[in-house]
Amino acid sequence: MKKLVSLLLTAALAVSLLAGCGSSSESADTAKTEETTETGSASVYRTLDEIKESGKITIGVFSDKNPFGYVDENGEYQGYDVYFADRLAKDLGVEVEYVSTEPASRVEYLKTGKVDVILANFTVTDERAESVDFCLPYMKVALGVVSPDSALITAPEDLNGKTLIVAKGTTAEAYFSENYPDVNLLKFDQYADAYNALLDGRGDALSTDNTEVLAWALQNEGYSVGIESLGNQDTIAPAVAKGNQTLLDWINDEIVSLADEQFFHADYKETLEPVYGTEVDIDSLVVEGGKIE
Amino acid sequence: MQDLGIRVLFMGNNFMRLLGGLWVTIQLSLISILLSVIFGILLGIVMTLKNPVTKCITRIYLEFIRIMPQLVLLFLVYFGATKAFGINLSGETSAVIVFTLWGTAEMGDLVRGALISIPKHQYESGAALGMENAQIYRYIIIPQTLRRLIPLSINLATRMIKTTSLIVMIGVVEVLKVGQQIIEANRYTVPDSALWIYVTIFFLYFLVCWPFSVLAGKLEKKWKN
Repeated sequence: MKKLVSLLLTAALAVSLLAGCGSSSESADTAKTEETTETGSASVYRTLDEIKESGKITIGVFSDKNPFGYVDENGEYQGYDVYFADRLAKDLGVEVEYVSTEPASRVEYLKTGKVDVILANFTVTDERAESVDFCLPYMKVALGVVSPDSALITAPEDLNGKTLIVAKGTTAEAYFSENYPDVNLLKFDQYADAYNALLDGRGDALSTDNTEVLAWALQNEGYSVGIESLGNQDTIAPAVAKGNQTLLDWINDEIVSLADEQFFHADYKETLEPVYGTEVDIDSLVVEGGKIE
Repeated sequence: MQDLGIRVLFMGNNFMRLLGGLWVTIQLSLISILLSVIFGILLGIVMTLKNPVTKCITRIYLEFIRIMPQLVLLFLVYFGATKAFGINLSGETSAVIVFTLWGTAEMGDLVRGALISIPKHQYESGAALGMENAQIYRYIIIPQTLRRLIPLSINLATRMIKTTSLIVMIGVVEVLKVGQQIIEANRYTVPDSALWIYVTIFFLYFLVCWPFSVLAGKLEKKWKN
């Protein structure tokens, strides 16, 4: 009983401490969000009108995932996701504030309304769709297979009886062990080890996300991506807080209308082509107007 | 040789950005350390009281902070406070709260340990010399306690400075994150920049933590007699 009472006291102390710090050190800007969040859990997010009114949209991006979202030497956010985010803010007529997010905290940022949109190479999954609302996709990823030019692998059947290098716990590992049981898998914990193994000739090919192998092949003379798109195609899409219909609709309309000017092709040319090279089939990565053939 | 990774440091504002990140680290950790020392001393005194209620509360508080990884505490305060109470704290505020809560708990326990390590005869000898309670504390107990606290609290302070690298998880960009941003931004052009950036960050952390060690050494020497 005594313990229970003291536990309650501790909790009360912690709460008052939190409340005290919150009211004293918050800027006027976040105080507005505070009001909206206090009205109930249904409205943690800001609607389209509220964002327009405040004149600023906060967008969660990666700050260390070149070429999707990174910070250049002048401290400016750059990359494929950021290029799109800049356009969203421009067409919305508001300023943009970027928030640096980590893979593990992306969902929480939306759930608590700390950002309006997440544009951080966010792969659409059923599990995530339960916590956030995904807009139309603007990119797709699948598996790619890289191999030496001297013995280029161009179809997954070529790998039967041969050794394929994969990283543990990746979709590549799952896909090949399920669909191509005759392929010998050589598994590594780290990507760096896996790539070194391919360079040492310990395997005939290596498979992981196509964006990764494409970038790697460009850096390593004598290796090419023989299979650019394989397996289940995952899509990458902007995400907003669950139930934020006005913002969701607006972004979806925006993505559809941007297809007229082939916006994401331009985005690709600006941000991804310097990394992936000109050999790559753009349509195997970029999605226009949210339509996947 | 002109391909050395160190050149990324001098591209654009990179070095100033690292220093800017370091400033964030210094600010947040100094505020937290200062608050932790103040609250920690008070907590330590409360912990030595023989009152069962305060004993129980402080014990639960200490154990709770000790068991929880700092990362969990950061998430609890940054995201949890918004979810549970609708309080929207900035990343910086959350970081100061968490590090102060943590520092206070550990500092409190250090103060408690230092206080009870003063043998009872020290108090009694003071009383036998005709000193009042305040005088006993002023001339006998507090000087000895402080001397015992110095190395312990310096350890805690430097540990707090280094643990601030976790706050990147709640969106605060500090020195380590700036370093990673620079490494990643140059991933394709300067692949070996990582080593150089990390060595630089090592020196920056050293520059922040070293003055604490020097100060501690000086104080220990001064208070020896």
